[in-house]
Amino acid sequence: MNRATRLFAGLGAALGLALAVVGGAGAAEPLKVAFVYTGPIGDHGYSYQHDVGRKAVEKEFGDKVKVSYVENVSEGPDAERVIEQLAASGNKLIFTTSFGFMNPTIKVAARHPDVKFEHATGFKTAKNVGIYNARFYEGRYIIGQMAAKMSKSGTIGYIASFPIPEVVMGINAAYLGAKTVNPNIKFKIIWVSSWFDPGKESDAAKALVDQGADILMQHTDSPAAMKLAEERGILAFGQSSDMADFGPKAQLTSIVDDWNYYYISRVKAVMDGSWKPDNVWDGLKEKMVELAPYGPAVPDDVKKMADETKAKIISGELHPFIGPIAKQDGTPWLKDGEKAQDKDLLSMNFFVQGVEGSLPK
Amino acid sequence: MDLVLNILLGVAVAATPLVFASIGELITERSGVLNLGVEGMMVMGAIAAFAATLASGSYVVGIVAGAAAGAAMGALFGLLTLSLMSNQVATGLALTLFGLGLSALIGQQFAGASLPQFPRVNIPVLTAIPFIGPLIFGQDALVYLSIALVLGVGWFLTKTRAGLILRATGENHDAAHAIGYPVIGIRYLAVTFGGACAGLGGAYLSLVQTPLWVERMTAGRGWIALALVVFASWKPLRVLGGAYLFGGITILQLHSQALGLKIDAQILSMLPYLATIVVLVVISRDATRMKLNAPSCLGKVFYATS
Repeated sequence: MNRATRLFAGLGAALGLALAVVGGAGAAEPLKVAFVYTGPIGDHGYSYQHDVGRKAVEKEFGDKVKVSYVENVSEGPDAERVIEQLAASGNKLIFTTSFGFMNPTIKVAARHPDVKFEHATGFKTAKNVGIYNARFYEGRYIIGQMAAKMSKSGTIGYIASFPIPEVVMGINAAYLGAKTVNPNIKFKIIWVSSWFDPGKESDAAKALVDQGADILMQHTDSPAAMKLAEERGILAFGQSSDMADFGPKAQLTSIVDDWNYYYISRVKAVMDGSWKPDNVWDGLKEKMVELAPYGPAVPDDVKKMADETKAKIISGELHPFIGPIAKQDGTPWLKDGEKAQDKDLLSMNFFVQGVEGSLPK
Repeated sequence: MDLVLNILLGVAVAATPLVFASIGELITERSGVLNLGVEGMMVMGAIAAFAATLASGSYVVGIVAGAAAGAAMGALFGLLTLSLMSNQVATGLALTLFGLGLSALIGQQFAGASLPQFPRVNIPVLTAIPFIGPLIFGQDALVYLSIALVLGVGWFLTKTRAGLILRATGENHDAAHAIGYPVIGIRYLAVTFGGACAGLGGAYLSLVQTPLWVERMTAGRGWIALALVVFASWKPLRVLGGAYLFGGITILQLHSQALGLKIDAQILSMLPYLATIVVLVVISRDATRMKLNAPSCLGKVFYATS
């Protein structure tokens, strides 16, 4: 064999191998599934909890799946590159787990009609893009009530990230819950313009405590605020995952996301071919949103109140956003007894009446 | 009054990691080496300090470990750029990526661990003076160390023979070499010192500011430190001023939000960076003076000619 024939033989073999791989994909090849996280999985918060879901998928399907993930993907042009790369490298199901991945996901999905996408917390769908989200606001309503009942100063500190509907909805829900217990409750809100900056979150928590807040809530991803609450001897609610390790005395409870069952069901759907772009928004009832075990500081009457509210939300008797509710400037939003539509919640861009401060635009 | 005091105390906490990292980078740059790996050295200092404190129960051990980890990263940078002649800019960027990755790997086993609050200095009588007491005599020990370090570096650069030699190396390495100074050796010392300082900055983050470990907890502070060196036009005391200005605006914007001032949060968030840019523009207006301030050999590779 001279060099040229050897080369062709080699190419032929490679082509044959490639065809075999493509042909065999339906049979024994594992399904390639990928996850994209905006934070590090070591954030002990939001991205960490998604990664718990990824591990649950691995455990459930074993060698029938090949699961990979990319962490620390910033919400911008970089995201499109990462998602494109994952789609091009043979992943058949891709979970993009942050709001800011919405447009990149839609764009990449249009170029890869054979790949299924699942985007968390957004509102745009396509033929091969489904969306899913957790009704965090149900949990926030409960912690709002707990905070109002337990605060001595009547001031709750709230560390917020970005003014997207998800976060605004959380503030409104917590405030509405708090108001049912104490109509004079005050919320102080600091926007740190970041999902993850432990130093800044901690500084913001300090500023809130120094200005009279005795209970902290957060919609950022690191446990820095919880740690500060523990140090200063005040109370706090965790976010996304159980943060009791960082505030054994301080943590009252934490809103925990459980994505496991959803991720498993979606992978299964792709495997048996029943996958359709869905729009899932599960809450306390489906256990996608859970409350971490109450901390030692929570008295029995508060536990009882929280449990009752939780039961009512699960049974559908109570909806956190039920009229009459007016917007911050006083214009009416929901009529007496009217429940908020999901689409209005998912595009919420205003504070309800009683929340102070203006929403960054 | 309490609020003002707390704000001022908060400023020191926000500024100190920047003071450490910038003063180290200042020495590195004055010797003629540009190390863009500050972020990576800081984050390695943070994890080393946290792990060592957790293992030994001693803050002193932790702080030394943080400085040592930063110094090791600095020395690695020296090995690559000074001995192996690799490009300083690219190597610095690589050092940042390396530090972020390695610290995350080491840090995996510390998920969920945290440390007790770092003690503040308490001098009988003096710390009890209202307002001034806690502010001047009641900070944590590392705040005093950072200020002493800045004053020490200022004295070293202007008043000692060794300091003059270091500056000469940065201004004209060929001349320094010609009159017999070991340019490479001096620069090794400078980058190692710079690394140790960055490590101390990281240690401050994981021991004092937020006594816990989370991946990438430096969140860009290494880059701010780099900008502060230019901001300070390579003068030690101005580094101190710049870091406190930056820290001060950061803390003030958080407080003004909690107070409910009617300013958009985004504008407040960008204020510290805006202030840095404005000062940079003002000081760079005079190109000749700017050139006089910057070490002439900054970032240039030195080839020893016999």
